[in-house]
Amino acid sequence: MAAQDNAIELKNITKRFGSVVANDKVCLTVKKGEILSILGENGSGKTTLMNMLSGIYFPDEGEIYVDGKEVTIASPKDSFALGIGMIHQHFKLVDVLTAAENIILGLPGKEVLKMDEVRKKIKGLVDKYGFDLDPDQKIYEMSVSQKQTVEIIKVLYRGANILILDEPTAVLTPQETEKLFAVLRNMRADGRSIIIITHKLHEVLSLSDRVAILRKGKYIGTVETKDATSESLTEMMVGQKVDLDIKRSAPKDLTRRLLVQDLTCVNPENVMTLNHATFSAYGGEILGIAGVAGSGQKELLEAIAGLERTTEGSVMYYPPEGIGIDLATKDATEIRNLGIHLSFVPEDRLGMGLVGSMDITDNMMLRGYNNGRNFFVDRNTPKKLAEDLIRRLEIVTPGTTTPVRRLSGGNVQKVLVGREISSNPTVLMVAYPVRGLDINSSYTIYNLLNEQKEKGVAVICVGEDLDVLLELCDRILVLCGGSISGIVDARTTTKEEIGLLMTKTGKEKKDE
Amino acid sequence: MSSIHISKRDGMPFAKALMIRLIGVLLSLVVCAVVIVALTKLNPVEVYKAIFSGAVGTSRRTWVTIRDSLILLCVAIGLTPAFKMRFWNIGAEGQVLMGGCVSAAVMIYGADHFGTAQLIPMMVVGSIAAGMIWGLIPAFFKAHWNTNETLFTLMMNYVAMQIITFCIVFWENPAGSNTVGIINSKTKLGWLPALSGLTYGWIVVVVLFLTVAMFGYLKYSKQGYEISVVGESENTAKYVGINVKKVIMRTMALSGAICGLAGFIIVSGSSHTISTSTAGGRGFTAIIVAWLSKFNTFTMVVISFFLVFMEQGAGQIASQFNLNENASEVITGIILFFILGSEFFVNYKIQFKKKEEGGHTK
Repeated sequence: MAAQDNAIELKNITKRFGSVVANDKVCLTVKKGEILSILGENGSGKTTLMNMLSGIYFPDEGEIYVDGKEVTIASPKDSFALGIGMIHQHFKLVDVLTAAENIILGLPGKEVLKMDEVRKKIKGLVDKYGFDLDPDQKIYEMSVSQKQTVEIIKVLYRGANILILDEPTAVLTPQETEKLFAVLRNMRADGRSIIIITHKLHEVLSLSDRVAILRKGKYIGTVETKDATSESLTEMMVGQKVDLDIKRSAPKDLTRRLLVQDLTCVNPENVMTLNHATFSAYGGEILGIAGVAGSGQKELLEAIAGLERTTEGSVMYYPPEGIGIDLATKDATEIRNLGIHLSFVPEDRLGMGLVGSMDITDNMMLRGYNNGRNFFVDRNTPKKLAEDLIRRLEIVTPGTTTPVRRLSGGNVQKVLVGREISSNPTVLMVAYPVRGLDINSSYTIYNLLNEQKEKGVAVICVGEDLDVLLELCDRILVLCGGSISGIVDARTTTKEEIGLLMTKTGKEKKDE
Repeated sequence: MSSIHISKRDGMPFAKALMIRLIGVLLSLVVCAVVIVALTKLNPVEVYKAIFSGAVGTSRRTWVTIRDSLILLCVAIGLTPAFKMRFWNIGAEGQVLMGGCVSAAVMIYGADHFGTAQLIPMMVVGSIAAGMIWGLIPAFFKAHWNTNETLFTLMMNYVAMQIITFCIVFWENPAGSNTVGIINSKTKLGWLPALSGLTYGWIVVVVLFLTVAMFGYLKYSKQGYEISVVGESENTAKYVGINVKKVIMRTMALSGAICGLAGFIIVSGSSHTISTSTAGGRGFTAIIVAWLSKFNTFTMVVISFFLVFMEQGAGQIASQFNLNENASEVITGIILFFILGSEFFVNYKIQFKKKEEGGHTK
């Protein structure tokens, strides 16, 4: 039978959540010994499909074949028994246990636990595929990439022949990503099948043998990677041609807007989250901020916006007219009352930047509601602004009275960015501006940022996709463990250089 | 095998939602009738008639029902801004008591020196201040140290009760009765006067004014907007520079002040005495009123009238049929259950699906 070449075959899989069809008659085959990428925009149904293979969801319709036999996967246990192992985006490890203890956790065993044998078996896997792991290291001492290694070995230890990785590189530096890919290639050579969910095109192109594309819950097709290009894949993903160029103009008329000196923040547990950060931001350029998640990006932006208490240092703000003001000692209310046009698009859009249950008009009002001495609010101006933004940014919404929570991620972000830009800022800070957005919305946002830069605004952009930061920004500031490990010219630097800077202080600390 | 799918609705036309609620009420009356027959063997229609006559049978009864529903409404209006801010103020009972306590004190100690025209403003100001302080104390602790307001406001109720018990020692009349009795029963000093012939005219005017004012305050004022933002997301409030501490304290001061005023209305306009049961559980009933109305003060008028209507009717069926008063609480409970139940059908859609069972086995 020809089906014997296929590790997994999905036929007409449909999954509905209420009225939403997450997967609509999806067909997919995974061959033995190949790396298959599943590509699709957010909400295209990639994770739902994989969750049905790992037993978390049960399909409403359709059949699943493993090694040519039709199977029913009703629970994660069934999935394990079939040799399918999934590595989720969020790790499920016990912090106080060692790597080896986590790996055997939950497995049936004899009365006496022979840790030596376990270690030997783990060592075997580590050597075979080229992992880098000490089985006796505790989880809480590990970096994110080491934790991921534990998760991968955990499923291999259980005998998984088919590995599913859900956006495994989202949390890794470029060097760590390369290491992971090398390991995955070794596994492929050993005959295992690997499914990798991602939306980073260049990773798809460099790693996988074939690419399956989903769009809005529908299966679009599978192509051989060698026949594909970024453009052709994007077209399949989006359903139309998309211009993937970010138009970066040369910065001109640079004027200093922010001078941050020795800025230091301490969290309630007395851990230093931002360590003597010193840099300048200029009007007319985009300053990118790169770093592994949780390296102090949030604290840095919030300290400037007056939302995070600072223990040391200063944030000098230079308005177009007048003298510099130190913002480090001021809170958001004082900064607002000084009339400083500091716009901030926070990471948590619905929990901080907007009020999810309020409509677009009321959300427009958030910034300016307090203007004037009137006891009552003026809803006419924000309503006009809302209508204007809906038209200009092509926000898809039934109207200005729809709660923003009901809008899609991209439209929510357009509402937020649109509002922040509408106040004619001198400094615009954005955190992860395109996270969760589809490609078209992402490019709308990039264009808006570039427009602001050309208007002379000092744009500060925290990002996670280094390829985008390199294309979009003029300079890139790299954070590592709360300290600035370098500021580089985005036009001349490389991903590798930034990757090294992202882990710089971490290594220095260990050497001490 | 059939399966049930429950999913949230995107919204429903007002008329359809009203229909569902009306059907709910009708169904509840049918269920009540069955329960009445099963438990008491009485004719349910007679029982319903008795409830009606107890609540609005005579002009006096009608006015008592109106007065009590307005007082309940007043407390509910007081609670509304706090709840809108997601500040779980369950201390209205104590805030009402403190307002009533100060009113009674002014009536008792001021009777020899002032006339009603001077006493009333003093009582109003005093009761508002007392309620405000009672609301501000938990708000202060919440704003500065993030204490749990639910427990704090609840405990403030007991403190208020103890203060009343303590005051009764001094205000006892007649001595040894351990009650205050009707204050200024002969002179009627400090009693809320009639308004153009209506005994409870002032209560109607004041509470209906508050109903409209609170609606406008929450919907159209900057402060009302701030309350919504703080209630929905404290992070967003901080992000746009709203002083969250100030909003919490200001809102609770307002909430407590209105509850304190309700205490004044009870003492000066209704009971003319003070005891630990002056608030009579209204502080808690008002929570139901506020939530059932989804913080719309005009809906609150209807809900508080309904609850007081049933309460008054309860007294009537208790005496007329020689039943325990709890009998009508059972009826009220059943009706409320159906009203709350219909909210579920307004918000959620239920689908029954038939699923064919395939023989998939491993």
